[in-house]
Amino acid sequence: MGTLTYNFKRVYVWEIPVRLFHWITVLSITILIITGFIIADPPAISSGTEAVFSYWFGYVRAIHMITAYILIAVVIVRVYWAFAGNQFANWRNYIPYTKKGFKNMLYVLKVDIFLMRDKEHKLSNISIGHNYVASFSYFIMFLVFVFQAITGLALMSATSSWWFPKMFHWVVPLLGGEIAVRYFHHIFIWIFLAFIVIHVYLVFYHDYVEARGEASAMISGFKFIRSERIKESEKEIIEKTKKQMWEGDQPGKEN
Amino acid sequence: MEKTLQKEETYYENIRKKGYSRRDFLRFVTYMAAFMGLETSMVGQVVKALETKKRIPVIWDHFQECTGCSESFIRSNHPLVADLILDKISLDYTDTLMAASGFPAEEAKKQSIKENYGKYILVVEGAIPTKDNGVYCSIAGMSALDVLKADAAGAAAILSFGSCSSWGGIQAASPNPTGAVPVNALIKDKPVIRVPGCPPISEVMVGVVMHYVTFGTLPALDSMGRPKQFYGKRVHDTCYRRAYFDAGLFAESFDSYEAKQGYCLYKLGCRGPLTYNACASMKWNNGVSYPIESGNPCIGCSDNHFWDNDPFTKRVENVPGLGIESTANTIGKIVLGAAIGGTVAHAVAANFAKKKDIRSRSKKGKVNEKDIKE
Ligand code: SF4
Repeated sequence: MGTLTYNFKRVYVWEIPVRLFHWITVLSITILIITGFIIADPPAISSGTEAVFSYWFGYVRAIHMITAYILIAVVIVRVYWAFAGNQFANWRNYIPYTKKGFKNMLYVLKVDIFLMRDKEHKLSNISIGHNYVASFSYFIMFLVFVFQAITGLALMSATSSWWFPKMFHWVVPLLGGEIAVRYFHHIFIWIFLAFIVIHVYLVFYHDYVEARGEASAMISGFKFIRSERIKESEKEIIEKTKKQMWEGDQPGKEN
Repeated sequence: MEKTLQKEETYYENIRKKGYSRRDFLRFVTYMAAFMGLETSMVGQVVKALETKKRIPVIWDHFQECTGCSESFIRSNHPLVADLILDKISLDYTDTLMAASGFPAEEAKKQSIKENYGKYILVVEGAIPTKDNGVYCSIAGMSALDVLKADAAGAAAILSFGSCSSWGGIQAASPNPTGAVPVNALIKDKPVIRVPGCPPISEVMVGVVMHYVTFGTLPALDSMGRPKQFYGKRVHDTCYRRAYFDAGLFAESFDSYEAKQGYCLYKLGCRGPLTYNACASMKWNNGVSYPIESGNPCIGCSDNHFWDNDPFTKRVENVPGLGIESTANTIGKIVLGAAIGGTVAHAVAANFAKKKDIRSRSKKGKVNEKDIKE
């Protein structure tokens, strides 16, 4: 039979730059958090040798800074892609400035966050790309990232000889000295940690409750969308009918 | 009569008159030039300046302070420093050190300001209380606020010596009962140079004055208004324990073997990586030592708000207004815990709330599974 379930179509949602951005971000943020916590509170090591023979803490700091630059670079590329990429990567998704956006946010809050019953059962309520709550949380995280990048660069600025980190030196007097900058740079990482927990959980939640390929989409790029939502061309319909007829002609098989 | 004669003297003439040889003088200049971060080729320029330039009068005001900066100032490495600037030749008024006192002292100051209007350097030591019309500090019947305004009016430049006049200092510690503020919060129309430190290094203070004497201009300042040549580097950058820092070798407690071995004091709260000062290169007490060398982590005394960033021997800082126990990480852990707790609760609730959807999907899926064609 097989007719009980709806028909789904495979839709290309996340283009390669988006997926690459996602996974590079995952990797670099993991590295940044680990090295960051080591820098904040290094483990106790006692060594019999001379200090000059070891440089591990220097390397940890170097890794932290190099990774930070990589992350800054991919975020810049992603911001470019918010203008050049497909409709799901577009910047308009991330700021709920339209009525549609607000309505969708309300819907997601009701149905997915507060787990209320969806009485309308409207297909248009189900987002194909990000839902507006999710994308708005990414926008907030983008702002947190910008803050982290700026404070991090400001901490580097005084000892750096490159103009790029030097550009952010004004942050130090603005926040009231380097102790304050370091302090904010440190405390803001907890926002990332909390975000990671919630983000990963909600991906699992959607995949579990909706079963439309939410999690694997970030690997394959595809999501499964109800076929009713996708326009069918005349040719497609003819092709389909042709196929059905041909299949029906097969001897020994029932349609 | 005597006084006016003295005033026409150049620095060099005065030094010679004091009985120093030219050799002493040149040695002093080379020494100061090195401290000021000048190239050797610039020594000639400093010599020339001191030979030809007339003295620049200095007025030194003391407000909410502990006189530590003055104490540090007079403990300069080189005896000529004391003679050159501290001696009444240049220092026209400093209520702590001048011979005169009371009414004559104030009179001398007024006189000097009048004679050198627009030319003298005003040194300020100590913060200025602003609450309740500034009643919390007054000198000769005038509030510090009024004294500063009056003295700053005719100054060519103002030097804020010490963390109090640079940032507010201990008396500005939360909740700042007297409303103490630094000089540049009050004086906006004059160049104010911050020479922070609690106290600043003597050579740094002298170096700033010397720079002005030599070049007739103020030294290059960083974004916080501090002379770059002295505050351009962090203590950490020239710290002799830096090798241990990079090697990841940290002392865990003060009485440990590691601390004695000279391990880095980072985990004992060292503020060296955040503090801009010349301690590690110039050192204190005639180049004998500096706090870290003596086994104490840097407390960042030349940094803004250092007084509120306790405990000094820990890296974690308190969240202002939330009490001693709540450090940044405690709050972070609460936030993270709430996120984890929230998601777990949500997952459980979702299984109930979406039961119908999940069940029907799995049922349909199972039907399809059975119908898979061979
Ligand atoms: S003792 Fe302080 S200033 Fe010296 S290397 Fe360690 S952290 Fe840096």
